[in-house]
Amino acid sequence: MTKYITVIGLEVHAELKTKSKAFCSCSTEFGGVPNTHVCPVCLGMPGALPSLNKQVVEFAIRAGLALNCEIKVFNKFDRKNYFYPDLSKNYQISQYDKPICKHGHIDINLDGSEKRIGITRIHMEEDAGKLVHNGATISSSSSSSVDYNRAGVPLIEIVSEPDMRSAEEARAYLENLKAILEYIDVCDCKMQEGSLRCDANISIMPEGATKFGTRAEIKNLNSFRALVRAIDYEVERQKAVLEKGEEVVQETRTWDDTAGVTKSMRSKEEAHDYRYFAEPDLLPVELDEAWIERVRAELPELPAQRQARLMQDFGLPKYDASIIVATKAMAEYFDEAVKTTQDAKGIANWLLGDVSAYLNNEGITISEFNVTPAHLAELVNLTKEGVLSSKLAKKVFAEMLKADKAPKTFVKELGLEQVSDESAIIKLVEETLAENPQSVADFKAGKERAIGFLVGQIMKKSKGKANPEIVQKLLREALG
Amino acid sequence: MKLYELTAHELHKKLVKKEISSVELTNALYKRIYEVEDKVNAYVTLDKEVALVQAAKVDKKLAAGEAIPTLAGIPGAIKDNISTLGLRTTCSSKILSNFVPIYDAHVIKKLRTDETIFLGKTNMDEFAMGSTTESSFFGATRNPWNLNRVPGGSSGGSAAAIAAGEAIWTLGSDTGGSIRQPAAFNGCVGIKPTYGRVSRFGCVAFASSLDQIGPITKDVTDAAIVLNTICGKDEQDATSLNVEVPDFTKALVPDVKGLRIGLPKEYFGAGIDQKVKAEIEKAVKKYQELGAEIVEISLPHTEYAVITYYIIAPAEASANLARFDGVRYGYRNMEATSTPEMVTLSRTEGFGAEVRRRIMLGTYVLSSGYYDAYYNKAMQIRTLIRRDFEEAFQKCDVILTPTSPVVAYPLDGKMDPLQIYMLDVTTIPVNMAGLPGISIPCGFADGMPVGMQLIGKILDEATILRAAYTFEQATEYHKVFAPLGGNNK
Amino acid sequence: MKVTEKDVKYIAQLSRLAVPQAELEIFTEQFNQILNYAEIMKKIDTTGIEPTPYVLPISNAFREDIVKPGVSHEAALQNAPAVEKDGFKVPRVIE
Repeated sequence: MTKYITVIGLEVHAELKTKSKAFCSCSTEFGGVPNTHVCPVCLGMPGALPSLNKQVVEFAIRAGLALNCEIKVFNKFDRKNYFYPDLSKNYQISQYDKPICKHGHIDINLDGSEKRIGITRIHMEEDAGKLVHNGATISSSSSSSVDYNRAGVPLIEIVSEPDMRSAEEARAYLENLKAILEYIDVCDCKMQEGSLRCDANISIMPEGATKFGTRAEIKNLNSFRALVRAIDYEVERQKAVLEKGEEVVQETRTWDDTAGVTKSMRSKEEAHDYRYFAEPDLLPVELDEAWIERVRAELPELPAQRQARLMQDFGLPKYDASIIVATKAMAEYFDEAVKTTQDAKGIANWLLGDVSAYLNNEGITISEFNVTPAHLAELVNLTKEGVLSSKLAKKVFAEMLKADKAPKTFVKELGLEQVSDESAIIKLVEETLAENPQSVADFKAGKERAIGFLVGQIMKKSKGKANPEIVQKLLREALG
Repeated sequence: MKLYELTAHELHKKLVKKEISSVELTNALYKRIYEVEDKVNAYVTLDKEVALVQAAKVDKKLAAGEAIPTLAGIPGAIKDNISTLGLRTTCSSKILSNFVPIYDAHVIKKLRTDETIFLGKTNMDEFAMGSTTESSFFGATRNPWNLNRVPGGSSGGSAAAIAAGEAIWTLGSDTGGSIRQPAAFNGCVGIKPTYGRVSRFGCVAFASSLDQIGPITKDVTDAAIVLNTICGKDEQDATSLNVEVPDFTKALVPDVKGLRIGLPKEYFGAGIDQKVKAEIEKAVKKYQELGAEIVEISLPHTEYAVITYYIIAPAEASANLARFDGVRYGYRNMEATSTPEMVTLSRTEGFGAEVRRRIMLGTYVLSSGYYDAYYNKAMQIRTLIRRDFEEAFQKCDVILTPTSPVVAYPLDGKMDPLQIYMLDVTTIPVNMAGLPGISIPCGFADGMPVGMQLIGKILDEATILRAAYTFEQATEYHKVFAPLGGNNK
Repeated sequence: MKVTEKDVKYIAQLSRLAVPQAELEIFTEQFNQILNYAEIMKKIDTTGIEPTPYVLPISNAFREDIVKPGVSHEAALQNAPAVEKDGFKVPRVIE
């Protein structure tokens, strides 16, 4: 059987976190009663004109710099023409031949090896409205309702080079991209709400071939899992097509998450002739260097830099550091926690282990995690000092998940600090008696004070955790 | 003289002196409208109740002795492609025949601030695509000088309303001559300001890079007064210019001594009606007498203006008119069972033939495989046309041409679209270069008015207004009234 | 370049317009008339000439990122040919 190479490029749409829409002053707030964040401009009323939100340009520059792009000093908007009822003007204001950013890259790390994924371009554009179908699906509905609240919300589209060769690489690229967009605070990256959306261009070619195969564009990938599953499915589908001696059709397909298959979207195919031309209602954008340099200077620490810092300053292993920096909130949690503990690796272990497991299990993010960084740090400290065994620490952690109080409180409440187990204490007693024959002799000679010394020795050995009354009792029994 | 025969600046004086009231004036205009409208058909919609309420407000202010802007209380009319809140705006199309806007165009806001009176909305070629006003869904407008002839277009209703005494001032829009040519055909003054002088926000777009709103009036002074109100930067129109707006009435000085007037030879060649040419030559002589210096200039790419326009304008229009789909407003075919079918049928039934033809032409020149040969090539030639003017303005201060090579021609003529398109050769280049241009009456041919066009440098409306005013003060053409003659079948 | 009736149909479909069979011939003819006329553009060598998409040499018209109230829900839907679930009702979206 022929061996195939998979070729993947991703097109990622990120909704920008501006207050107002790209081309009008309506709110970008998510949801709400349909058609309540609208005006003549985003409703495409006759005679209404767009006016460009400066913050959109600022965010696009920021994203471009963070993704190692060249920022194009001269860029302009174009109209992309196609009819669809969620598009109020029946053209989308986008950027075609002169986008704001070009030639960037993201470095991904997979199984310890680095790979650079090229970014072809980033351009600014507007989002469309939403269709609400009155039936279960688009095809079973005899009518739909259009809501233009989302129409005109600013987007950047980040187009990668076809540099990825597996679903895992695509996933790593998307994870890195998401982290960067979060760090620079231009997008809230909620894939479920659609503020970060991904389309994948997938093709396969026989090993040794020099020309890429015909690609299919897969839409509706709104989770990492969907991305990986869709790529795996699509690659197998294309293999099957080629094995049958047929050809892969260049087309748009949609991922059906429930059925786990990609489906052809023939209706979207009919008019791929977008008739782009320069948007005459908007002036071109000419950036001055000072603007770009200011944005560069204000750029926050990015995931790669942060990872290096965690490795250098805290001696974290690369793997630990990479997981911690993958989400901005996790990285911030880590930074906060290490303020009150010396044991950074201890924090990392918790974050990568029980904390991540808990978050995954609950389906929440670390921003919604109820244990404060300071409390987690205290837990790490108690373990480090030997107050808590790792086993007991987990017990305390479980309690902290129920109610976030200082771990010491739980230690006390649960009596975890005291050892009352006689069999454990008797060992300490026997050891102590063996080590201190003079004191034993003194006691037997009637010197009552000697017993106080022995108790002290035992308590010391138990790091203060042994129950003093039991120690007294067992000691007297042993001394007969 | 009848009230409707007076100019805005004359009527303003009468209002201030309390010789007349605005209500009286507004009623006089409606009376005139009712008398002649069935012959002229200049209006699509009248708004008498609101107009009279507004007039009464102005009268109240006058009675209280308050100062009022020059246009306050003076009845005007608005081309029906300019959005008026609560007042039907149709673009003379079936597709918008029941459309009531939810916002005011920027110019309308400004005019409301000045407390002008809006008598109603004027007829036009459907979506401003035409130069005869015959393509209106609401029937053709007639030329008040001869009811058998076209009023020109696309702002035919706005010009005919002035000529017939149905409005004191009007607004038109000009994409390739749509203010200047009907002004010329109706013996009025019409000015297309520099692209960007006036906000386009609320003017239903035909070709966005060419459209500009401007006034049609009885004389140059009124044109300057309306310009004073409507010009200025608007944050909602990115292409509106952030420059100071001078008081245009200050430019109205009867003096052209030493002014260099350029005559482009390409505008006087084949295709021009000899009688029109003779009238223009008389006007040139007049300017010489008044002390202007006449220089011959060349605009060598003039012959390409019409074709480049008929590529660029439809291309932009094909996108601008895509929003008329029956989803959010306007005419909808209610029988269709799917959205694509509904959109196709609504557009096919809602648009007239000329609009559909231009949308398709525009779609074609932008479509894959043809973009470079047509659209991009036309945009390159546009650069050459623009440069022609830049070079010409090294030698002269204003350029003088006939506004149209012909006078108003008969209705229901036998001309095919291309023949009619060719007549726009004198006005189109001005839009292509974004320049200001004014048309003023300068004579008669076959009993029909002849218009002279003065083209200025970018943002130099003042000089063309001065040249126009000087000519107007030295002649009587603007004082002749349209006879409403000819039969009206 | 000669435009065929098939081309006109394709363009009509892209434009979401129907061309009735009766109009097809005349539309095609008028199309060709204009495109024949466009042949004169070939007389000019425009190599290296920048196109003019913006008539004035200006750039950068920006708006600050400030939210302003839009129109009311009622006004938004006021001209809608059909309304359902607070939205603009349209028939089946795909053919």
